[in-house]
Amino acid sequence: MFFWSIVLILIGIYSSYIFGKSRIKKLVYSTNLKPKSQYNYHAQYVLSWCLLPALIVYFSWAIFEEQIIQNLILNSFEYVEGAAYDYGLLLAEIRNVANNIDFSDGKSQEIINAAAQYKSLKLTSQISFYISIIIIMVLGSLYAVRKINIQFNAQDTIEKYIKYLLIFCSSIAVLTTIGIIFSLIFESFRFFSQVSLFEFLFSTEWYPFIPIREGQAAAEGSFGAVPIFAGTFLVMIVAMCVAAPIGLFTAIYLSEYASQKVRKTVKPLLEILAGIPTIVYGFFAFVTVAPFVKSFGQSIGIDASPTSALAAGLVMGVMIIPFISSLSDDVINSVPQSLREGSLGIGANKAETIKKVILPAALPGIVGAFLLAISRAIGETMIVVVAAGTAANLTANPFENVTTVTVQIVVALIGDQEFDNPRTLSAFALGLVLFVITLSLNVLALRIVKKYRERYE
Amino acid sequence: MVENNNTKISAKDVDVFYSEKQALNKISMDIKEKEVTALIGPSGCGKSTFLRCINRMNDLIEICKVTGSIKVDNEEIISSSTDVVSLRSKIGMVFQKPNPFPKSIFDNVAYGPSIHGLADTKSDLENIVITSLKKAGLYNEVKDRLNEPGTSLSGGQQQRLCIARAIAVNPEIILMDEPCSALDPIATAIIEELIDELRLNYTIIIVTHSMQQAARVSQKTCFFHLGELIESGETNKIFTNPDNTKTQDYITGRFG
Repeated sequence: MFFWSIVLILIGIYSSYIFGKSRIKKLVYSTNLKPKSQYNYHAQYVLSWCLLPALIVYFSWAIFEEQIIQNLILNSFEYVEGAAYDYGLLLAEIRNVANNIDFSDGKSQEIINAAAQYKSLKLTSQISFYISIIIIMVLGSLYAVRKINIQFNAQDTIEKYIKYLLIFCSSIAVLTTIGIIFSLIFESFRFFSQVSLFEFLFSTEWYPFIPIREGQAAAEGSFGAVPIFAGTFLVMIVAMCVAAPIGLFTAIYLSEYASQKVRKTVKPLLEILAGIPTIVYGFFAFVTVAPFVKSFGQSIGIDASPTSALAAGLVMGVMIIPFISSLSDDVINSVPQSLREGSLGIGANKAETIKKVILPAALPGIVGAFLLAISRAIGETMIVVVAAGTAANLTANPFENVTTVTVQIVVALIGDQEFDNPRTLSAFALGLVLFVITLSLNVLALRIVKKYRERYE
Repeated sequence: MVENNNTKISAKDVDVFYSEKQALNKISMDIKEKEVTALIGPSGCGKSTFLRCINRMNDLIEICKVTGSIKVDNEEIISSSTDVVSLRSKIGMVFQKPNPFPKSIFDNVAYGPSIHGLADTKSDLENIVITSLKKAGLYNEVKDRLNEPGTSLSGGQQQRLCIARAIAVNPEIILMDEPCSALDPIATAIIEELIDELRLNYTIIIVTHSMQQAARVSQKTCFFHLGELIESGETNKIFTNPDNTKTQDYITGRFG
């Protein structure tokens, strides 16, 4: 059905376009007047009146067809009295029989009947689908063609349709975001109906081990998210200790000291760092950095665990260097040249100019860059899953195992668990808190950056 | 008018290239001490480029190459061994658009003295700031709000703040690159009056697009055209009886 409906719609598009164009040409020829819009716009107008109804029919069929057929089947099904039915299973059985996936041997007569009915309904539906899509395309085109005349401003109308199309597309992204937020909120509510908000936010014990199956003996789980957030912040701080100075100094070098040539080469190279998949950083952290951290810890007499906050943080720091350097570089570059000249003109040298004039002027933007990098670091998953561990330790020692919010979400969602136990649901609560944190960081960062921009533009 | 014959700046055969393009061609001129010299000419004639040679500001432009000789107090400055920092502390500069730093009014003026270590104590620094603001004719307007950001001032005040910032490091020469082009007529009149006062203590070179301004504030005028110095001399003479027909055409508004 998919292939042929595409072909049908393409034919409709083509012929309605030709139809519209020939119509307006004929009108121009017979009246000898200049049309208000060009031929193409009239043709596009007819085309959109052909395409849009066809798409509506197509999608409503795709959405409702199966539903309606199922209802019809279930309504006319010859139920055997006294037998218990699971509608889902029953429908699956009927469909299998109809599609010859399952041999009909040994199936009861009423199922075979229903399967035959299903088949015929499906056929009717397909035929009526093709007929209605053709009719609707023809009707749409005819309606549009009737509206075409010399005076008709097709260009404006098309412009309007394009605007609607753009609005539609952008609203998809917005609506999806809203949907995700709501699903997060609802699932979190379910979690908080089983675990108190107070415990979640302030308790320092995170043992999400609860009986997975009914009747299984297990300790009561406890869901204090403090160690998880502490772990997240520990990893983030280690990462920022690496990324902030290196990124900022790189930015200063690139924007103030490097020649155009160097800048043009180094900047894209740095941005490649941002393109490396984070899982690659993850195994780099696990295979190379973590053992190094462990042996380094031993050499200075600290017992380091094989996966540690330090290993994950160091690699994450490297990952976010390009964020900081690239954004700060842009910010420093947008400090007006006149300030540099003003400072140098007084006889300040380059370092003084950077330290006392450029950096203070660029500070809000740099802070914005840092905040964006932090929210990136907090939301990062793969590196910490691989290199930081999963034990929820409340510790400030970066050589120890810690766990982060994202890791715990992964842990909570893998494996087969029922979807209504608090362990699984805790993923949503953690996700919600994480979302709130990164969102507010982003908003703060954007506001700072924007305020800064206004000052100079 | 105080006449004097001490040459402060002496340029000889100055050529400037931006990559391949020649912006200045064999410029030679002498600039006298404690006088206002105006550089005039149509846009793109090289007058700002010449101005920026004097404090080596063209160093900031990677593709810019300066040859020839400019002597300030008989010392060659177009040379790789020139101490650019001390040169620039001797030569203040005021730019086309007021460019106060995003700091307080006080810190804007205190910036130069503190990086050059001109003040030993806090009260010394305060003295320098206040004197400079007074010399720039701004002190009375801002004395109650020295801690407010310099960017909060009006355009004309900002420009005078920049002048105060420049004279706070005790320069001998002040370069002004169209200092009034972003200002309204009233602010312009105040700045012009200020330039007239500053002339007593500083050698001033001003680039301007306004011929009236050149006539009002300067004693000497140099007319640039297409990278060449066409004519230079007493302002009175240039504006009343120029030798060169191009100068004549320009000042009478026939081109440019």
